[in-house]
Amino acid sequence: MSLELRDIHKHYGPVRANDGISLTVAEGTLHGLLGENGAGKSTLMKVLSGFHSADSGEVVLDGKSIKLASPDDAIAAGIGMLHQDPLVFLPFNVIDNFVLGSPGGSRLDRKKAAQEFAELCDRYGFNIDPASPARLLTVGERQQLEIVRLLWLGARVLILDEPTTGISADQRSKLFVTLKALATEGMSVIFVSHKLEEVADLCERVTVMTRGKVVGEAEMPVPPEQLVKMMFGQAVEVKDRPAVDHGAAQLKLSDIRTASGMLSEEPVSLEVRAGEVVGLAGMEGSGQDAFLRICSGMRNPRSGSVQIAGTDLTGKNYRDFLAADVKYLPAGRLEEGLIEGLTITEHFVLAGEDRGFFVDWGKAKKRAEAQVDHFTIKGTEASTAESLSGGNQQRLLLAMLPPRLNVLLMEHPTRGLDIESADWVWEQLLARREVGTSIVFASADLDELLRYSDRILVFFSGRIIGELDAKATNVDEIGLLIGGRSVDSGAA
Amino acid sequence: MSARVQNLLLPIAVVVVSTVALLFLAGTNPWDPIRFIIEGSIGWPPFEAGTASKIGDTVMVWVPIALASAGLIVTFNAGMWNIGIEGQIIVGAIAASWAARTISAPRPLLVFLTIVAGAIGGMLWGLLVGVLRTVGGVNEIFGGLGLDFVAVSITTYLIIGPWSRSGVASTSGTDIFPDAALLPSFGGTRLSPLAIVITLAAIGGVWILFRGTLYGLKLKAVGANRPSAFLMGIPTNRFLLGAFMICGALAGIAGTSQATGFHFKLIPAISGNYGFLAILVVLLARFRAFWVIPISFFFAMIAVGASQLDLRLDLSSTLGGVLQGTLVLSAMLGLGWAAYRARKHADAADSAAQDAAT
Ligand SMILES: Nc1ncnc2c1ncn2[C@@H]1O[C@H](COP(=O)(O)OP(=O)(O)OP(=O)(O)O)[C@@H](O)[C@H]1O
Ligand SMILES: [Mg+2]
Repeated sequence: MSLELRDIHKHYGPVRANDGISLTVAEGTLHGLLGENGAGKSTLMKVLSGFHSADSGEVVLDGKSIKLASPDDAIAAGIGMLHQDPLVFLPFNVIDNFVLGSPGGSRLDRKKAAQEFAELCDRYGFNIDPASPARLLTVGERQQLEIVRLLWLGARVLILDEPTTGISADQRSKLFVTLKALATEGMSVIFVSHKLEEVADLCERVTVMTRGKVVGEAEMPVPPEQLVKMMFGQAVEVKDRPAVDHGAAQLKLSDIRTASGMLSEEPVSLEVRAGEVVGLAGMEGSGQDAFLRICSGMRNPRSGSVQIAGTDLTGKNYRDFLAADVKYLPAGRLEEGLIEGLTITEHFVLAGEDRGFFVDWGKAKKRAEAQVDHFTIKGTEASTAESLSGGNQQRLLLAMLPPRLNVLLMEHPTRGLDIESADWVWEQLLARREVGTSIVFASADLDELLRYSDRILVFFSGRIIGELDAKATNVDEIGLLIGGRSVDSGAA
Repeated sequence: MSARVQNLLLPIAVVVVSTVALLFLAGTNPWDPIRFIIEGSIGWPPFEAGTASKIGDTVMVWVPIALASAGLIVTFNAGMWNIGIEGQIIVGAIAASWAARTISAPRPLLVFLTIVAGAIGGMLWGLLVGVLRTVGGVNEIFGGLGLDFVAVSITTYLIIGPWSRSGVASTSGTDIFPDAALLPSFGGTRLSPLAIVITLAAIGGVWILFRGTLYGLKLKAVGANRPSAFLMGIPTNRFLLGAFMICGALAGIAGTSQATGFHFKLIPAISGNYGFLAILVVLLARFRAFWVIPISFFFAMIAVGASQLDLRLDLSSTLGGVLQGTLVLSAMLGLGWAAYRARKHADAADSAAQDAAT
């Protein structure tokens, strides 16, 4: 199906999120969409999938102008969208989420649906238990669920908005194989990403957006430097960071073991020293999550002890850990981090150390403005969390981090950030090493792990199967370990 | 017409049209019942001489509805459906009755003590809903409903049991409280300036709570997204309990006003269902404190004025309840429609997504 967007405008008050966008996607192509944070990519994709109506402009499908008043219209026309934060009904189980929105209405044949679900999962190598509650799925699995659902509903144009942020390398290669197969079957795919190597790997054509406008188009392959130049108007250079001396152990786990599930098999011991950065690699849901939750006091281990900066905090709760300057930043931005409906100012007030009874809104506003400025968040101090673009939500989360920290625990810290911002954010994070903060982060991006970590722990099905020196290892070695394919586990 | 004006006018228009239609269906000239309701509650023409007693009654119905509504704004902001508000009003009334019956003290002190007792009673009953919710994992709607029934049963037990009138065991209520325990009122009417002041102070307090205080902001955060609030270091359970206690205390004062300011004794139906009405008020006011003042007054007028209907028009006074129900439903429809239109224009990807998926 060929798709054409003509002169799309979408404004939010004074913000011109889409300012006259025209774009053509040929049938059976994988089309990349690039652009800095807040460029308007998600907005354009939401217009195309019927979630937002454009102020003006036209969507033409196979030569016919179509009206997209709702996502129903879009999916009926064969346009399916996978959101940046997959919209899944968390209290329901997987198969209920799958059949929701099916056109079958009351004559829904659940057995048949379940069977088709299993077939689709099989075909694309997804491994999701249809009976498990959706809230137990990882972000990656939620995406897989959404993809099979859209395919099942008959999508022939598939929109993926940053599908690879927050999923493992393994899930990503599976996804790419799937997308390529779909394209040869005639599916048109629009792929929004900040990762140039992914775009290079996958796409046949790219469009680059900046501040609501199309600033360039190119037939792939194109050297990444040129794409960066199109996006930012200049080359972005990644500087090497100076090494920092490591101090005393800030985080010390001894013989940790959970009661059930991940990390229940083998006890885990680990010391992270002040100023040290430890990266956690592994497929989504291999235990990194449980590990971080134990380190942050969100979850208590069945046995073993946790020490923070020399104090034993075993069995204490999250707030005690927080008081010991431990901060945890999970992956779900709007689920576990920001609060919809509250403004940036209110977020900073909540995150701040204010003790008083009354809020000094004048002061709070000034502080928020300063932070918006410093973190170059696209928005104002009165913007609500949900009105920010994905990357800007991430900036807000990082901006809310307390100034003093002993241990910083993060999942996918630069998820959704464009290259320039990701680099800048890491500069900020690494600066914290100087004052003795230990950083532990999980990431699906092997380059990120290699570039910023001192040590890398590789998780495989609930165990740490490798501990690598980041200076002495490479993508291939980690990749093998992540797949659980090393023979007698990596060197410690 | 600007969209904002449309969004405001539309619900009102829906309310008027549907109410008139309902009255036509009931077989009367729509104007008559409306006039009699006004006449029965504040007099016709309004506020004429000689209507002081009616107005006093209406104001003293407004007091508990408005107090309960103020409380409910707190629990709603914390994301809780405090259906248990009825029980909190009732237990407040029981506690105030206990103080009125047992404590002997000079009037100002005793009145103060009844109010404090009522507030504490309601607060503890609210706390119980909160504890069931946070510790026991019992949904606050079910826990609240259950505790409503328990409160009603306790009232009945007290009235026919330990607190029954000397000689007669009747469900008409306890003995009238001693004068020293009654809310001081204004020249022969029920109208109590003290109750009005407390009510306005409560509404103002709730407004300030969510406008200017850290506590209010944290409550809002807990209500909007508990996991995020928890991660920000807010003790979410403690805040939920706090919300139930604040709401319960205000409901308890509402119950006190019912006992010592309206009926002057404890009766079985002491809450007057004003807790449930308050839920409607708050929904109509869309959780904005100051709107509670006129909207609950309007409800109080219907509640008081509807008793005129059967006398004057041979219509059942339950028509008042039907009117209130229609009003709320049609206003909700109007608001829903306005929201739908607003969404069409301004968009809310989330709700659209939910519509799409259901
Ligand atoms: N509902 C909304 N209300 C107000 N402004 C909005 C809303 N949604 C998006 N915006 C603004 O529109 C601009 C474009 O946002 P959009 O989400 O399309 O960016 P994006 O290119 O997807 O960025 P990212 O790479 O960070 O995801 C941003 O400045 C954003 O703040
Ligand atoms: Mg986006």
